[in-house]
Amino acid sequence: MAKHETPLLDQLETGPWPSFVTDLKRQAATKPECWDILGILELSYKDRITHWKHGGIVGVFGYGGGIVGRYADMPKQFPGVEHFHTIRVAQPSSKYYSTANLRQLMDLWEKHGSGMTNFHGSTGDIILLGTRTENLEPFFWDLTHDMGQDLGGSGSNLRTPANCIGHSRCEWSCYDTEEACYHLTQHYQDEIHRPAFPYKFKFKFSGCPNDCVAAIARSDVSVIGTWRDEIRIDQAAVKEYVAGNYPPNGGSHSGKDWGKFDIQKEVIDLCPTDCMWMEGGELKIDDTECTRCMHCINVMPRALRPGADQGASICVGAKAPILDGAQFSTLIVPFMKVEKENEFEELIEFIESIWDWWMEVGKNRERVGETMQRVGLPTFLKVMGIEPIPQHVKEPRSNPYVFWKEEEVEGGFERDVEEFRRKHAA
Amino acid sequence: MGYNPDKPMDGRISDLGPPHYEQFFPPVIKANKGKWLWHEITQPGVLMHKSETGDEVYSIRCGTARLVSIEYIREVCDIADEFCDGYLRFTTRNNVEFMVDSKEKVQPLLDNLASRGNKFPVGGTGAGVTNIVHTQGWVHCHTPATDASGVVKAVMDELFDYFTSMTLPAQVRIALACCLNMCGAVHASDIAILGVHRKPPMIDHTRITGVCELPLAIASCPLGAVKPAKATVDGKEIKTVQVNVDRCMFCGNCYTMCPAMPLADPEGDGIAILVGGKVSNRISHPKFSKLVIPFLPNTTPRWPETVAAVKKILEAYAADANKYERLGDWAERIGWEKFFEKCDIPFTDKSIDDYRLAYDTWRTTTQFKYTSHIK
Ligand code: HEM
Ligand code: HEM
Ligand code: HEM
Ligand code: HEM
Ligand code: SF4
Ligand code: SF4
Ligand code: SF4
Ligand code: SF4
Repeated sequence: MAKHETPLLDQLETGPWPSFVTDLKRQAATKPECWDILGILELSYKDRITHWKHGGIVGVFGYGGGIVGRYADMPKQFPGVEHFHTIRVAQPSSKYYSTANLRQLMDLWEKHGSGMTNFHGSTGDIILLGTRTENLEPFFWDLTHDMGQDLGGSGSNLRTPANCIGHSRCEWSCYDTEEACYHLTQHYQDEIHRPAFPYKFKFKFSGCPNDCVAAIARSDVSVIGTWRDEIRIDQAAVKEYVAGNYPPNGGSHSGKDWGKFDIQKEVIDLCPTDCMWMEGGELKIDDTECTRCMHCINVMPRALRPGADQGASICVGAKAPILDGAQFSTLIVPFMKVEKENEFEELIEFIESIWDWWMEVGKNRERVGETMQRVGLPTFLKVMGIEPIPQHVKEPRSNPYVFWKEEEVEGGFERDVEEFRRKHAA
Repeated sequence: MGYNPDKPMDGRISDLGPPHYEQFFPPVIKANKGKWLWHEITQPGVLMHKSETGDEVYSIRCGTARLVSIEYIREVCDIADEFCDGYLRFTTRNNVEFMVDSKEKVQPLLDNLASRGNKFPVGGTGAGVTNIVHTQGWVHCHTPATDASGVVKAVMDELFDYFTSMTLPAQVRIALACCLNMCGAVHASDIAILGVHRKPPMIDHTRITGVCELPLAIASCPLGAVKPAKATVDGKEIKTVQVNVDRCMFCGNCYTMCPAMPLADPEGDGIAILVGGKVSNRISHPKFSKLVIPFLPNTTPRWPETVAAVKKILEAYAADANKYERLGDWAERIGWEKFFEKCDIPFTDKSIDDYRLAYDTWRTTTQFKYTSHIK
């Protein structure tokens, strides 16, 4: 029996897209607190404002994050959501699951929580949506003891890292994103669970510049796969594309008639650096001019492959608008080997030199991207011990407001105006 | 043996991290990791990857509501047990993927999914519209200016045919955030739906002393609109803050820091539409999304104005853009003045940047196109 009337939400049960309202109602049959989720949401639809109180600090002993506390502002009317805390559970790399694992987690959540989830949060965690304070420790006990699984991150710390599907099901991945993500997550458990930073910090790992996990837009350290030798060309397969035997772009435009595949128009003329041409029926690439944008490879996956000398570009500083405006990550290391063999040593060293510096100079709630803006890229490179190179900029500066250090200028800054006056009377 | 509240640290296990991913690999993935040669989309929602060993894996991608129940996850598990040896995965845009190791196994799985009503729509591949990355909304967050799940459902219902087909010039990524913290991908999406406020915060002087660190609230404002002030509560003078209303652009960040500064409002709050962002490096560099519609009302439960605006932009783009051209590439090629004209969106001063580096976005050239805007 419906506990609350939901005339507005009921209208979201129609239409072809899966309805979260229908799903909530189904769950309410065994989890009556779901009626109160629907009830309070219906009230928000009527009032057109949120009905969650500000903030809420809850957690489990030993950790400083992982759980977002939340309380309804009308607990009497909706007792099922009086406490409605969200638990972030660490997800496996690439979000592969066995049904055994998922079923066990769902049983735990049926026992301790509301029965609702998010698969997944945008940072990557499994989000278990809604439970009471007194259930947190028992849930955590069962999660760690019965499932050997842990919480994710929240607060001013390292958040849960995430990765694109990488080697496990993509021919373009230039390093093992899953292993990098897993290894670094394990390596930095302390930084994830116990906030010690000026603000939050995120890692994301994409296998190539298509950036399927949006690392360049959504992580403070963005590790994006790339290569430094030649694109591997299978000329026989190029001919198949030209002959129209293979669908361009893996068939991703097959729903509309775009005409016969035209390699000149669809590949060569769209290359951003104009570094490709046809010669005697063969596709040629001047790889020294290629910026590895992925376009030609995306169009002809059966003929072109990333080079074999693979690694990653490391970019730093992406963030959402608050406070100083949105930022993408800035290229800092053009090419780095990212390998399990040396336990990601170089990447770890890089990350720790950022942290050593940022933990000291970063202001309260200042993302590393903002700290970089405040001190300037030249200073950031200096503290990282990195030589400035043209690849660090889109273009050189146009204003002439250049800082020089005293030691860089002959004779230094100490001068005597009397001496100046001897040559240049006032 | 279980958790003992009297001895909370007894038997505690911590710092385990996530389970190792490899134990969840379907056998065909485990055997071919790192050996994939190429892939093809055999029909909307179905991908085939070919390995150098000759193995194939077919992945069937289905849309989800992201906000899902344990009963739903159990149903996903039932399907994976019956067809996929008990394995499955989720994508970075919250679709679910079922994988099988031969072509013959695809159709029975598709038939089964189709038999489950509209719970498992197959699609989200290639040049179409895939799932909308979205946030908490009124289901769980305290700072939203709009809902997430409801708006997403309304938009996806309208664009459903684009989810199950591949007829666009390139893939179109839609994202939603219910406030400008932009949890997710709103700042770098082809079409972005963003919850916005239009009224400055109210100040609850009776509570502020107990619940806020005033310097944090003052430092939280991007425009320095929050200033220290004094107020009289119950005849006593207290320290509080005041907001310079002329400087406030309603971001809500002071409320994030200080519970005594709420700003939600049924008439003031609504949705802005941004377009033209992308994260991939394909042909052009990653781009931020740009604000083209400053405000649409929160018309619950189906947000018809927002749905119509998104659809209109999508269709103008689909009709006009070149193959492989993302929405932002198209808008930049034709010029933003043409974008506004072709999408039939009124241009307002609200789309003109006036924050810090704004100057870079003004037109410092005589190159422009004559459109209906020039009278
Ligand atoms: C008011 C309370 C807030 C709530 C309830 C909230 C909730 C969330 C949730 C549930 C996620 C997904 C987490 C995951 O997958 O583990 C998330 C991600 C995110 N949050 Fe928040 N958030 C809040 C405040 C903020 C603030 C203040 C900012 C920025 C100033 C912010 C920026 C982000 C961003 C950028 C992401 C996405 C990162 C990514 O794409 O990986 N959030 N938030
Ligand atoms: C009326 C004039 C000025 C005012 C009110 C002013 C104010 C400020 C403020 C508030 C900061 C922020 C400090 C921080 O975020 O850590 C700052 C930083 C800075 N200012 Fe100024 N400033 C002025 C003039 C200048 C001038 C003329 C220059 C150089 C020619 C300059 C160079 C800098 C630099 C390099 C920083 C960064 C320091 C750092 O973060 O290490 N400022 N200034
Ligand atoms: C006594 C001082 C200066 C004199 C006599 C002077 C003279 C000139 C002259 C004759 C031109 C060429 C104009 C033309 O193309 O017909 C010019 C161009 C220019 N000047 Fe100066 N200039 C002075 C100072 C400056 C300063 C201080 C700046 C910058 C801070 C500056 C920036 C420029 C620029 C950017 C141009 C090129 C404009 C363009 O063609 O786009 N000038 N200047
Ligand atoms: C003691 C300091 C300065 C003196 C005595 C001085 C003197 C002059 C004189 C006599 C002119 C020519 C005016 C004319 O053509 O009628 C001039 C032009 C100009 N000055 Fe200065 N100037 C000084 C400082 C500066 C500074 C600091 C700047 C810029 C940062 C500057 C930028 C210019 C520019 C842009 C022009 C105009 C060039 C043009 O468009 O014809 N001046 N200055
Ligand atoms: S980012 Fe590149 S390697 Fe990773 S899944 Fe996407 S296309 Fe494949
Ligand atoms: S990857 Fe991009 S830049 Fe390089 S050859 Fe291909 S299209 Fe040109
Ligand atoms: S976008 Fe804003 S309102 Fe929405 S979940 Fe994130 S912090 Fe909350
Ligand atoms: S809402 Fe934003 S702009 Fe307005 S006072 Fe608060 S922090 Fe400042």
